[in-house]
This record gives sequence, C-alpha cells and structure tokens, in this order.
Amino acid sequence: MMMLTPRTETSTGWQIATPIMAVLATMIAGGLLFAIMGYDPVAAIRTIFWDPLFGPAASYSRPQLLVKAGPLILIASGLAIGFRAGIWNIGAEGQYIIGGICGAAMALAAYPGEHWWLLPAMIAAGAFGGWAWAMIPAMLRNWFGASEILVSLMLVYVAQKVAAWMAFGPLKNPEGFGFPGSRNLQQYPSASNPELIAGTGAHWGVFAAALAVLATWVLMSRHIRGFHIRAAGLAPRAARFAGVRPETLVAFCLGLSGALAGLAGIFEAAGPAGQITDSFGSGYGFTAIIVAFLGRLNPVGILLAGLLLALTYIGGELAQLTMQLPAATVQVFQGMLLFFLLGFDLLTRFRITRGVPA
Amino acid sequence: MIDLTTLIPMLMAASTPILFAALGELVVERAGVLNLGVEGMMIVGALAGFATAVATGNPYLGFVAAAVAGAAVSMVFALLTQVLLANQVASGLALTMFGLGLAALFGKAYEGIKAPAVGPGPLGLNWIVWLGLASVPAIWWFLNRTRPGLILRGVGENHDAAHGLGHPVRRFRTGAIAFGGAMAGIGGAFISIAIVLQWTEGMTAGAGWIALAIVVFSNWTAPGVLAGAWLFGGVTVLQLRLQAAGVAVPVQLLSMAPYLATILVLVLISARQKFSRRAGLGAPGSLGQNFHALR
Repeated sequence: MMMLTPRTETSTGWQIATPIMAVLATMIAGGLLFAIMGYDPVAAIRTIFWDPLFGPAASYSRPQLLVKAGPLILIASGLAIGFRAGIWNIGAEGQYIIGGICGAAMALAAYPGEHWWLLPAMIAAGAFGGWAWAMIPAMLRNWFGASEILVSLMLVYVAQKVAAWMAFGPLKNPEGFGFPGSRNLQQYPSASNPELIAGTGAHWGVFAAALAVLATWVLMSRHIRGFHIRAAGLAPRAARFAGVRPETLVAFCLGLSGALAGLAGIFEAAGPAGQITDSFGSGYGFTAIIVAFLGRLNPVGILLAGLLLALTYIGGELAQLTMQLPAATVQVFQGMLLFFLLGFDLLTRFRITRGVPA
Repeated sequence: MIDLTTLIPMLMAASTPILFAALGELVVERAGVLNLGVEGMMIVGALAGFATAVATGNPYLGFVAAAVAGAAVSMVFALLTQVLLANQVASGLALTMFGLGLAALFGKAYEGIKAPAVGPGPLGLNWIVWLGLASVPAIWWFLNRTRPGLILRGVGENHDAAHGLGHPVRRFRTGAIAFGGAMAGIGGAFISIAIVLQWTEGMTAGAGWIALAIVVFSNWTAPGVLAGAWLFGGVTVLQLRLQAAGVAVPVQLLSMAPYLATILVLVLISARQKFSRRAGLGAPGSLGQNFHALR
C-alpha cells in the first residue's frame, strides 16, 4: 500500500520539477478539453505556447510578451511576500484599478499642460492609490480582526464600480462625443508611458517589474524584515515570541503589494490601455496570484512564471483569431495550471513510500 | 415609494442565492474546511442549471443539475485538499478561477436565450425560496441534534481527537464539501433561472464571496446565516429601489452598497468576536487546517 511520509525539509528538486510537471499536465488536459470541444488539440496547444514566440506572426506578438508579463510580475512580487507570511491579499485587482484611476486623475488634472514631472507624479499617485486601497483591509484586520481575504476581495467589486463611475462621471472625456471613458493618455505626451526600446514592448512598467524582482529578492534573502516574514509564515507563535509584531507585518505586506499593484495599474493606464474605462480591470490582479504560486513565491520563479502566463494570454488571443477559440479558454487554462501545481505540490512536502500503515 | 408587500418578496428572492451558498459553506466550515471556491461553484451551477432548464423546459430539473454540477466541481477541491493535502486557501481560489473560466467557456452558446420561468408557490414565492427557508431548520437540526452532525462538528473542532475516537475525518469532510458544492450550485442557478432569467458571463458578481462573509457574520450557526442573507437581500433591494426612484446619486455608487454593507457587517462581527469575553467560540477549532493521520 502507498503511504505518505512528511519530509523534514521541503525537497528543492521537486520544488523546481513540480511547476514544469504542472505546465505539461495542463497542456495534456487542455488538449483533451480542446478535443472534446471539437478543435485540433495539437494545433491549439502549438498556437498558444509556440506560435507567439516562433510562429509566422511572432514579430508582432513577441513584444506583447513583456507588455503582459510586466504587470503580472510586478503584482505577483508583492503578493508573494504576503503569502509567505500567511497574509492573503486577494484584492490586487482592486488595488490595480484604484492605482490606475489615481494616476490618470493626476494626469487629467494637469491637462493640457506639458510638464517634465507629470509622469513621475502620476507613478507616485498610482502607487499611493494602490497602497491606500490595500490599507483598508490591513487596518480592518489589525483593528477589528476582519478577514483580509474577504475584505480585500469585496473591495475589488467596489473598485470596479469606482472605475465605472469615473468613466461615466468625473473623468469622462469632455470631447469624447458622450462615450464613457477618460481622455487617452497615450495622446498626451507628458503623461504617456511609451515603448522605450522600439520593438520590445518594454515601457517603464517593465523596468519597474525587473526592479521589483530584484528588490523583493534582496528583501526576502538579505533583510531582517524578510526573515520576519518567513518566520511568521512558518511558525507564527514562535515569531511572535521572537519579537515579530503581526500588526506591522500585515500593514507592511498588504501596503507593499497594494503599492506594486497600483504601479501596475498606472503603467497600464498611461501605456497599453491608455485610458480609464468601465472595464479597466483586466484580471491581472487575479492571474498574478497564479504567477506567485507557480513561481514558488520566489522572485526568480515569479519572473519565469510571469513570462509563461503572459504567453498564455498572447497565445490565447492568437488562438482566438486563427482558430476561433473562445476567449475564456485562457482563464480555464490558468485555473487548471493552478490545480495541477497545487496537486503536484504534495511531492515537495511528502515522500511516497510503499508500506503498511502501522 | 417603498411598498412592503412587494418589498418582502423581492428581499426573499434577492437573499435566496446567498442563503443556499452560505448554508452549504456553513456545513463545510463546521467540518473544519475553508472552501473559498464558493463563487466558482455558484457560477458553474448557474450555467449548468440554466442549460438544463433551457434544454428540458423544466426549471426544477435545472436546479437538480446545478446541484450535481456544483458538487462535481467541488470534488476537485476535495481531491486537492483531502487527498493531496494542498493549501485550502489556494485550492479554493483555484476552484473559483477555474469555475469562472469554465462557465464562461461553455456559456457562450447560451447568451441571449431566455430561461423557462419558475412558477409561483405559496404566498407568491416560488418553491425554491421555500426550500431555502426549510433548509435552515433542517441544517440546524442536523448539526445540533443528530449523531452524524455531532461527529461532523467534532471533526471540525479537533480533527486529531475525532480521528483518535475512530471517526473517518476525510470522509466526513469530503461529504461536507460535496454538500457545500451542491448548495452553492443551487444558489447560482437561482440567479440564472429565477432572478435574471438569462445567462451572462460572471453573473454571480461576488455573491459567493458575500456568502463566505455571511458565514462569519452568522458566528457559524444556521439561524445566523438566515439573518445575514436577509440583511444582504434588504440592502440589495433597497439599493435597486433607490436606483429605480432616480435618487441623485450615480448608479455605480449605489450598486456598491451590497459590497460595502458586507464589509461593514464583517467588521462589526469580527470586532465583537475579537473583543467579547466569549471570543473564539464561533469558529471551528480546526478550520482551514489539513488533516494528515500519521497512524
């Protein structure tokens, strides 16, 4: 009979192997799903995972990889820090939306003046917006013990309504012929977040994401706060006795992840999206949760996982165009990926042995 | 402006999806499992119920199919948390994301179709509303007055002790998860078959998360769940009424009310639980922890 024996230490080999196994299993299960739906499974998988990088239209789709990976990596870096401490910020999507709105509002307040400081000020406003939105669940947890999972998630729905209100009300473009949505920031030179290196898709947000990976790596492996975070996640009671204040950690982790999500929001609002609309929320905040787990809550892993999930977005769009695959396929793929990863995770924590239960 | 004879049936209808989902989650949490996949199970139920109701022309068969579909997807969560010992928070989130995607994928074909209407029952409320109301005392009775209910609570309170007494912890938890999935499925189907009468992507709009908050509000009791669902239903109906009356507040701000009310209630209840002398009485002792028997 098969038995599970807990490992004394998590297995590093399996830590690296299981995400790869999860991706392969997702491809197989996804292929089966496509076959059931009446599509050619091999062609579908190739369109999603291969063609965006090496197919005939790759010169167009390759730069998109960084455009999509940037926000995912930025948000996931922050989330992973909280997850390590057992602090669950599930509302990054809302912090992303509010960050985008705050930054865009800053730009629209200065419109049409051209100032060198405008983009930096917008970025600061975006980070502040995300931070402030995340401080709501943080403070409600610290003061009243309210679950940060539920509060941060409820605030996503509130943020979506705020975005709709802004698009129809205060931030509506007065020259927009009555259509909802703000002015397009891409057409406002001081406020736009353009592609910096032609043909790569790299805008300021992509550089910020790279910086976030580096900074979170330093924080987690070189800084005392990183040690506190890891301690709080592994043994909360012991950490408390060692002088780690849980309230400080809650505020720090939620605030940091909120600020990073807000940054992703403003880079998107001033760059690829260009404007605040009622559908400004793009799901990056939720997909980033998968990125964080697939990357093993580790900065380098998150970098790779962010690129992979960006690939599924682009491949999914390509499959929509060329194979008429429904848009929701990508979402199903991402969900499956997380399922398989969580399932295979067993191997990192347990040893499977043959034996008879004593 | 606000007429009670129409308000109360509206309130009952608006609270029914949340009532079903929250009663299911109550049983799951009493067994010691935190399933954050309620939203995903609801949306799968909403689609499966709608599709079946359209195909057969019988809305009641739709609710049966929704229960089966909700229970079926909940088994993925059960496999992850009970067999593969995965983290419950992450597994529940995965279930929600997967369910939302799956329903959107297969729902495309059903856009723009109308569901067969559920006929009115006693007092102008349909039978599903009554079924939801009847579930409240039934679940209370099961949890507090039956032997399996007692064991289920024991499993949730202290799984090691329950295991030591020879009770099958995982079997009870898996059963509870399936029940929670079925109830969430019915709740979701109520939205698509009895309220909106149409399929639209993401139509549960956070109802599953509100159901999770209501379990906390209820202090893990069935009558408390009913009170929470009615409170939520009241806020929803009031907000819709104010919209219809053309109050000088933007529609988008009014539609935030249910979510803000949920946060407010969550804060008040958490504060009471945090500061009262009877602190910690409500939540099951083993909530959210996985069980692995070494012997």
